[in-house]
Amino acid sequence: MESLSNKRKLIESKPLNFWERAYLPAIISGLSITMKHFFRKPVTISYPEEKREFSENFRGMHSLKRDENGKERCTACGLCALSCPAEAITMTAAERQKGEEHLYREEKYAAVYEINMLRCIFCGLCEEACPKEAIYLDGDIVPADYLRKDFIYGKDKLVEAPLNQ
Amino acid sequence: MELADIIVKFILVVIIFAISLVIAMYSTYAERKIAAFFQDRIGPNRAGPWGILQPLCDGAKMFLKEEIIPTNASAFLFIAGPSLAILTACLGSAVIPWGQDIQIGSRVIVLQVADINVGILYIFGVVSLGVYGVMIGGWASNNKYSLLGAIRAASQNISYEISMGLSIIALLMLTGTLSLRELAAQQHSWHWNVLRQPLGFLLFIVCAFAETNRTPFDLPECETELVGGYHTEYSSMKLGFYLFAEYINMFVSSAVMATLYWGGYNYPGMDWVALHTGPTVGPLIGVAILFAKIFLFIFFFMWVRWTIPRFRYDQLMDLGWKVLIPLAIANIVLTGLISNYL
Repeated sequence: MESLSNKRKLIESKPLNFWERAYLPAIISGLSITMKHFFRKPVTISYPEEKREFSENFRGMHSLKRDENGKERCTACGLCALSCPAEAITMTAAERQKGEEHLYREEKYAAVYEINMLRCIFCGLCEEACPKEAIYLDGDIVPADYLRKDFIYGKDKLVEAPLNQ
Repeated sequence: MELADIIVKFILVVIIFAISLVIAMYSTYAERKIAAFFQDRIGPNRAGPWGILQPLCDGAKMFLKEEIIPTNASAFLFIAGPSLAILTACLGSAVIPWGQDIQIGSRVIVLQVADINVGILYIFGVVSLGVYGVMIGGWASNNKYSLLGAIRAASQNISYEISMGLSIIALLMLTGTLSLRELAAQQHSWHWNVLRQPLGFLLFIVCAFAETNRTPFDLPECETELVGGYHTEYSSMKLGFYLFAEYINMFVSSAVMATLYWGGYNYPGMDWVALHTGPTVGPLIGVAILFAKIFLFIFFFMWVRWTIPRFRYDQLMDLGWKVLIPLAIANIVLTGLISNYL
């Protein structure tokens, strides 16, 4: 049969010569290869102590942003929850009361905002859907935990730290 | 023998026992660390500085694991297996001369537990007993993987003992003694036997790898085919004993190799050192030299383990019967001819 491409190569298997059959030269060359690796710098990154540099568009843990006056940007429109392919986001909206203007930017805000980190696939669609630039996946790797319920992150873990007055 | 001599001997026994256990313990650590270095990794580094407490943690873990004796296993033999393995592993170090006689005050201490005139034969006897631990354990487990591992271990050890013995015969033709103490004394300064018996040493080290079930001859515990080999059914400290016995075997066979071929406690310039350091410190330096050689051999064992893949079983038998035994016999003939006519 004619070959379709000319990538085919004929491989000939020669019988081993005496030195190849004697094993020892091959073993010695193998030992020298491993010895080279013995003195090579290890490639290990001891994770919790040292961290590998993330790429610029790395998507890690979510954070809910504040505006330049320290008010929460989120208005609980629900677009992030709607866009989420993993259905990881839930929220409860509430109306801003008198005297809370310094806390929330719009008249409506998220009283409860929860992301299930076990469901989240870190696709970044919530980030894209948000009209208020309130959610970004700019955090670290989500840490491990012991219980499933501890992976549901509420506002206490998600909202950015308040601005320093 | 007076009482003081017995006490000194007893202390020596305890020290050697403790040293071989500690070395076996830290061989497990060294194995992991060296394996890591060969693979561009770091290795255990969490337990203590540089992971130095890792063997203790491993030991504690082994003790705390649940002990399982399979229902259909032969309970007595199941326990006898690992006990025998570790017993025979420890026995070997009794005849090894660890150094020249030390003089402390007026007392001369012989750094050897038992100077028996058939030292090498004793070691061979103990080594060939070692396979019973594996065989009994593998058979008593009532598991086909264990049984296959045990059968492999038995046939492998028997095959390689022959060429090991033959390679030693050539050495004995030159030295004319079976006593390890005399053998070590003959290799004074730089007159190491490896210079007179390079082929014999090569054969011996290959057989030593096979006898200690180390890669490339670790077919009795070949994970890819036999799950865990002869210790598949073992758990807890009984498994620990098997693993431990392997490392003690490695230590003892390194010591034997160092004593038989690499001059034991002898090193070039030892007379000059002995003259300048006195009869107490001089022999101790020799002991340190012997241990340095032993550690080098243990390192070599590990180096080979992380380099060479294991043999197929028929290749193993081919190598043992068709290559090593003829070579060993040729070595005997050559040695005879050369020592007679040159």
